Amino acid sequence: MKYTAPNKKGYFGKYGGKFVPEILIPALEELEEAYAESEKDPLFQKEYHDLLREYVGRPTKLTYANRLTEHYGRAKIYFKREDLCHTGAHKINNAIGQLLLARNMGKSRIIAETGAGQHGVATATACAKFGFECVIYMGAEDMERQKLNVDRMRLLGAEVRSVESGSQTLKDATNEAIRDWVTNVENTFYIIGSVVGPHPYPMMTRNFHRVIGEETKDQIKHEEGKLPDYLIACVGGGSNAIGFFYPFIEDENVKMIGIEAAGLGADTDQTAATLTIGTPGILHGSMSYLLHDQEGQIQLAHSISAGLDYPGIGPEHAYLNDTKRVHYYGITDRQAMDAVKLISEKEGIIPAIETAHAFAYLETLMPLTQRDEVVVVNCSGRGDKDMGTISEWFGKVPS
Amino acid sequence: MSLFITAGYPDLDSTVDLILGFEKNGADIIELGMPFSDPLADGPTIQYASNVAISNGITMKKIFDMVKEVRKSSEIPIILMGYINPVFRYGVEKFCSDAEESGVDGLIIPDAPLEESSIISDAAAKHGLEMIYLVAPNSTDVRMRSVDEKSSGFVYCVSVTGVTGARSGDEVARSVQKFIERVKTNVTRNPKLVGFGIKSHEDASLIARDLDGFIVGSALIDTVRKSYPNKGWKESVFQFVKELKYGNI
Ligand SMILES: Cc1ncc(COP(=O)(O)O)c(C=O)c1O
Repeated sequence: MKYTAPNKKGYFGKYGGKFVPEILIPALEELEEAYAESEKDPLFQKEYHDLLREYVGRPTKLTYANRLTEHYGRAKIYFKREDLCHTGAHKINNAIGQLLLARNMGKSRIIAETGAGQHGVATATACAKFGFECVIYMGAEDMERQKLNVDRMRLLGAEVRSVESGSQTLKDATNEAIRDWVTNVENTFYIIGSVVGPHPYPMMTRNFHRVIGEETKDQIKHEEGKLPDYLIACVGGGSNAIGFFYPFIEDENVKMIGIEAAGLGADTDQTAATLTIGTPGILHGSMSYLLHDQEGQIQLAHSISAGLDYPGIGPEHAYLNDTKRVHYYGITDRQAMDAVKLISEKEGIIPAIETAHAFAYLETLMPLTQRDEVVVVNCSGRGDKDMGTISEWFGKVPS
Repeated sequence: MSLFITAGYPDLDSTVDLILGFEKNGADIIELGMPFSDPLADGPTIQYASNVAISNGITMKKIFDMVKEVRKSSEIPIILMGYINPVFRYGVEKFCSDAEESGVDGLIIPDAPLEESSIISDAAAKHGLEMIYLVAPNSTDVRMRSVDEKSSGFVYCVSVTGVTGARSGDEVARSVQKFIERVKTNVTRNPKLVGFGIKSHEDASLIARDLDGFIVGSALIDTVRKSYPNKGWKESVFQFVKELKYGNI
């Protein structure tokens, strides 16, 4: 079936839209126009793709995980290596795209929110490369647990502002970034780090990441002579997942699985499993699923991974969940940490804790697969930033 | 003069008294804030008041009960103001029906602009609730005219691009003149009230002199915050309200 979402108003089914204060409406209209132009502009496209190739290091590799495949003894497992992108995660595909737009729109100041710090580092990197002023909002708790990335952003010349309100994590950093944007809308461009926010952000961010899935498709056809049977990706806001899935959406035989962070368990109140236990609601400019109480107050999410510790999810994922085109499951902190260790030992790749959530689902999926099937996991980022958390979790000696 | 106060701030018991006292001391309209955990168009003052109200245990039902209580002795227009998510979660139809039944006159939902107004406009109309939309300094002339077209009650003119919060009078006055001129040309059907950053009678006389009224929120809440819970705190808040309206007399 032809997949055309979102519609002109920015809706994926009943999710999405532009739930923002009046002050942001002109900015979103201006952005929509500039984005639509950039899509048709061969110069923009060339500059973007040249940067992806020469600066980000694309195409990223598709690595056959032979020892992990042997370990499970079922389908063949491949990793799409977004961890090999410059700065260490997929986030830079989008940061560079949005920065080029900002430059073309004549904006002089860039702001962004960050959870794990990967989007903050990617944005600070793009700003350094192009000489832009850069302010990053980050929750105080996240600054603590992703300290390495805070230092990286500062070295790259960005100002990192600590956000002390609410849960002091990604949700609160996003609130502050939006307040900054409302206040400085004339000269400021807000580079949103995931497929969340008001239209056109979820669509635009998806499109800047769809290169992940496009490359995967070519690479796996080349390796296996066919499309994969399963795709797995972790989902915070959902940008690495949608970039990976989107080019396969019309390929109905490709089964797609999105992994949310269940924290201490989706049946506890220490969780970020939005689609598993949330209900529809409106946060940060769009309608999607949310963790909120009976009164519509947003609940504090929990996940050991800062990048998945968010009580919402991109509207397109809410839609793909409703239509059952993608299936979503939760993985706990413990399962994810076990996967960090397993992937490190079996494949010599230390994944980000976010990414490890996707790998952890192999425990469930692999026994159900056949030897002639192919599974591709999106390895969204590397785990250097998480070494503090990892050492602490395994009691200093990860053995 | 329209006054904004967060329902349940500084405590659940004071809201009704405050509203009645505001009326006695010169308020013509009450904007009753429905607290939300993530008020992303608000500055620190209203964020703070919202958090206090939520910890005090405010609920939508308690807000409707407060309005009912006010209605026993007052007909002052009451507008509920708040973010769309708590309204959506309560159920838009039930919300509008309960609002009508309690005696609410209208709604301001800042994060449901014209583009998304259909989420609530039909239910509001069905239950006789006015829908008040906003214009901002960066709204185009065309936009201002559509807002005027869709609004009932009044049009809320946001005086500065930014979040809510008291500002220096100069800062507001400097940027606001051209905006007010454009508002006067384009908003012709509805009364025009200006808000954001007004903190004194002098500010208000300067900024709102060519319009139909002004709105004070953060400065009022700051005043409550300074005096609560000292003895006589309500009286000092009402004194501030009187001065807002009439100046230092
Ligand atoms: C490596 C990595 N993967 C995944 C995510 C989650 O974001 P998204 O769901 O938008 O891909 C993050 C976010 O910080 C990340 O750093």
